[in-house]
Amino acid sequence: MATATFRIWRGDSKQAGFKDYTTEVSEGMVVLDVVHKIQAEQANDLAVRWNCKAGKCGSCSAEINGNPKLMCMTRLNSLPLDQPVTVEPMHTFPHIKDLVTDVSWNFRVKEKIQRFTPRKPDAPDGTWRVQQADVDRPQEFRKCIECFLCQDVCHILRDHHMHDKFIGPRFLVYSAAMEMNPIDAADRLKDLHDNGGIGYCNITKCCTKVCPEEIKITDNAIIPLKERVVDEYYDPLRRLFKIFK
Amino acid sequence: MADYPIHEYDVLVVGAGGAGLRAAIESSANGAKTGVVTKSLLGKAHTVMAEGGMAASMGNVDDRDNWKVHFADTMRGGQYLNNCHMAEIHAKEAPARVRELEAWGAVFDRTKDGRILQRNFGGHRYPRLAHVGDRTGLEMIRTLQDHGIHQGITFHMETTVLTLLLDGGRCVGAFGYDRERGRFMVFHAKAVVLATGGIGRAFQVTSNSWEYTADGHSLAYLAGAALLDMEFVQFHPTGMVWPPSVKGILVTEGVRGEGGVLRNKDGKRFMFDDIPPLYKSQTADNPDEGWRYTQGDKSARRPPELLTRDHVARCINREVKAGRGSPHGGVFLDIAWIKEKLPNSVEHIKKKLPSMYHQFKQLADIDITQVPMEVGPTTHYMMGGVKVDPQSQMSTVPGLFAAGECGAGLHGANRLGGNSLSDLLVFGKLAGEHAAKFAKANPAARIPMDQVEEAGRKALEPFERGASGENPFAIQHELQKTMQDLVGIVRKEDEMQQALIKIAELRARAARAGITGNREYNNGWHTAMDLNNLLTVSEIVTRAALERKESRGAQFRDDYPQKDEDWGKYNLRVTRDSHGAPNVEKTPTIPIPAELKVIIEEQSK
Ligand SMILES: Cc1cc2nc3c(=O)[nH]c(=O)nc-3n(C[C@H](O)[C@H](O)[C@H](O)COP(=O)(O)OP(=O)(O)OC[C@H]3O[C@@H](n4cnc5c(N)ncnc54)[C@H](O)[C@@H]3O)c2cc1C
Ligand code: SF4
Ligand code: SF4
Ligand code: FES
Repeated sequence: MATATFRIWRGDSKQAGFKDYTTEVSEGMVVLDVVHKIQAEQANDLAVRWNCKAGKCGSCSAEINGNPKLMCMTRLNSLPLDQPVTVEPMHTFPHIKDLVTDVSWNFRVKEKIQRFTPRKPDAPDGTWRVQQADVDRPQEFRKCIECFLCQDVCHILRDHHMHDKFIGPRFLVYSAAMEMNPIDAADRLKDLHDNGGIGYCNITKCCTKVCPEEIKITDNAIIPLKERVVDEYYDPLRRLFKIFK
Repeated sequence: MADYPIHEYDVLVVGAGGAGLRAAIESSANGAKTGVVTKSLLGKAHTVMAEGGMAASMGNVDDRDNWKVHFADTMRGGQYLNNCHMAEIHAKEAPARVRELEAWGAVFDRTKDGRILQRNFGGHRYPRLAHVGDRTGLEMIRTLQDHGIHQGITFHMETTVLTLLLDGGRCVGAFGYDRERGRFMVFHAKAVVLATGGIGRAFQVTSNSWEYTADGHSLAYLAGAALLDMEFVQFHPTGMVWPPSVKGILVTEGVRGEGGVLRNKDGKRFMFDDIPPLYKSQTADNPDEGWRYTQGDKSARRPPELLTRDHVARCINREVKAGRGSPHGGVFLDIAWIKEKLPNSVEHIKKKLPSMYHQFKQLADIDITQVPMEVGPTTHYMMGGVKVDPQSQMSTVPGLFAAGECGAGLHGANRLGGNSLSDLLVFGKLAGEHAAKFAKANPAARIPMDQVEEAGRKALEPFERGASGENPFAIQHELQKTMQDLVGIVRKEDEMQQALIKIAELRARAARAGITGNREYNNGWHTAMDLNNLLTVSEIVTRAALERKESRGAQFRDDYPQKDEDWGKYNLRVTRDSHGAPNVEKTPTIPIPAELKVIIEEQSK
């Protein structure tokens, strides 16, 4: 068995800092295993969020050696163990304690977005007829596990703190899933423009890079939404054309 | 007197998985002021992990399917210990509940003619599971969450219920604490719905998360409610076995539904060797027929890999014990072989089983489109739970309801895959509706402040003992090992007696658990408080398993390896006796009315 040193962020909003823990590690372990081991053996009160330990619930987001990742899906053999592994909470959200942050802002943002609104059913039994090819895209977006890692890296939130003006990549994906769902009938474009702050996104693609579900956030969700918004609200010629059509 | 905040509701729902969310939506729709408490954030409950799908006889893929076939399959799977009325309600209402999810925004996989696609699963006669790849639970919980947040429900995230409050035998609310700040609070309610899920953390190798500490089972039992079928713990046949740190993580049955086969180290498909008589007529007798079944050939019978979970798990156990297992103590599950049959197999597997592909790639460096997986049994699901009225879902305690995995009755001795997600929707809805009705009919009772004080005092004890107390994590680990080794997939009298002794010891140690740090987001404190639930329920499981002297469904007794006809007439019911100890008693199974009997007979041809 090898040993490794983990440099874990401890403390709360009042006082916090890194603390080193050295522990034995074995083949196949992920970062969350090590955090749990330290919690069970050396620091019972260590705060960490997790549920599924299988990359399915999006609870265990953290910054590992500075990279936003799921702790349960980051294997030790992907990290250099000859130096301490740093584990920090996400930076973009208010810190609660140790590795846990207050992500409640995300839940509040979602409530404000126009909910799914189905069109009239296609069949008398109240069901719809939709081809698989037409739901492939919304299904890609609905793979989202709400880990909020994309929100964590987006510079508009992380560096510019524009939480009250920009809903962030997660909720652009959420909106796109409904906008591109052939059963949904609502129109969220004006709202995305006026309140969602979609215009702030300058397509850096940092969000796409960290998404553990490999959702092509920028190319498949944000850019098409931006195009629709532009079509609808900025292009006077096209608008005129629409009116006369 | 302590000055805890008091939250007033008509209906309090404990749990925000599929059952809790569905119950809350219905309760709110019925005009009840509804609150939901959940130990995690919204959308993270166990339901999120469900992979394969939800069973509903919509007949979109095979129009021979209907509620009667689903009903009969469920009863056969449960070895006829099920509550037949629940099985009937479930089979009849599941299709409507699934369609409703679509109207709320769920995006299911589609058939060629644009309807909801359904897939094969163990024990289901026809392709019946509505699904989204292998992440159906995520689709379900997200749909309910995104719908639920617009229904006027109040959510208390990362809040844990520690005790139920009682007034003259009626449940009148709950006492709990919020994790973030560690503050106590009182929920004063006219009706309470338990939807707390399962007990998997009582075992070492499990597909279940930290939340599965048997809270609802224990809370109900301590409040005086009867529990049922507590000996029946489902071990899923296919969990990951390697690397050690991921041991137990689930490998969906969908792999076998898509054509995956089980082999031992000699390359033999051992499932053909042992097909139970009850299933002989419905099972393929050669590999080719099995393959055709998975590809939708209606004239083919299902491969033996898709027999019920209890049976497949035991066959795997047998192969491993006989020295025919894989290098890390499992057997091989092979989906890569379908490249012999499908030219685009790599893309096909990635499309049908995306999360399995990722899970193995990321956690075990294995590409399942190229090589077989290694799998073995893992603790998965609790058939036993709170005994409820089949229609209203009310427990034997007035005002206390239960739905989802913490309830009992639908699944009998063994649950069919896919029957849980549909269970959550069907009975979650009924529980919400009837809890709301109960709340309308019964005025609020007083808050029993003595119980509140007592609960608050007890919850703080671990801090008083501090670092000199027992380490709560160590106690939990020992309990898990005990249950795994002594009350696991193969059970015997003397081992279970040993387990009872060990549980008593651990209980004494748990009473001395100590914890350091402060009250804010303290996982150690939380674990210390969970211990009581885990220990209470572990003891109950063991006592019920000891009592049932036969092998049936999920219970396998090495010392009574046969099914016993007489035992087939009884369920076991557990209540708390006047000394606070579990009292296990035989109760006759619910008699099956003639019209349902006819269906069972027709369907077993
Ligand atoms: C890996 C995996 C795959 C599965 N796949 C399938 C499948 O394909 N098909 C199928 O039908 N079934 C499947 N199952 C089973 C199914 O997912 C579960 O049985 C089901 O989701 C349980 O739902 P529930 O609503 O009862 O509880 P859960 O979803 O577990 O929710 C329980 C809720 O109760 C809360 N809670 C618990 N205790 C307390 C407390 N003391 N105070 C406050 N809140 C509390 C929790 O925080 C949580 O919100 C699978 C299970 C696993 C583990
Ligand atoms: S692409 Fe847009 S949303 Fe994504 S990180 Fe960059 S600015 Fe933020
Ligand atoms: S889009 Fe990806 S990164 Fe963002 S919350 Fe969802 S899963 Fe996480
Ligand atoms: S614990 Fe669920 S994603 Fe890591």
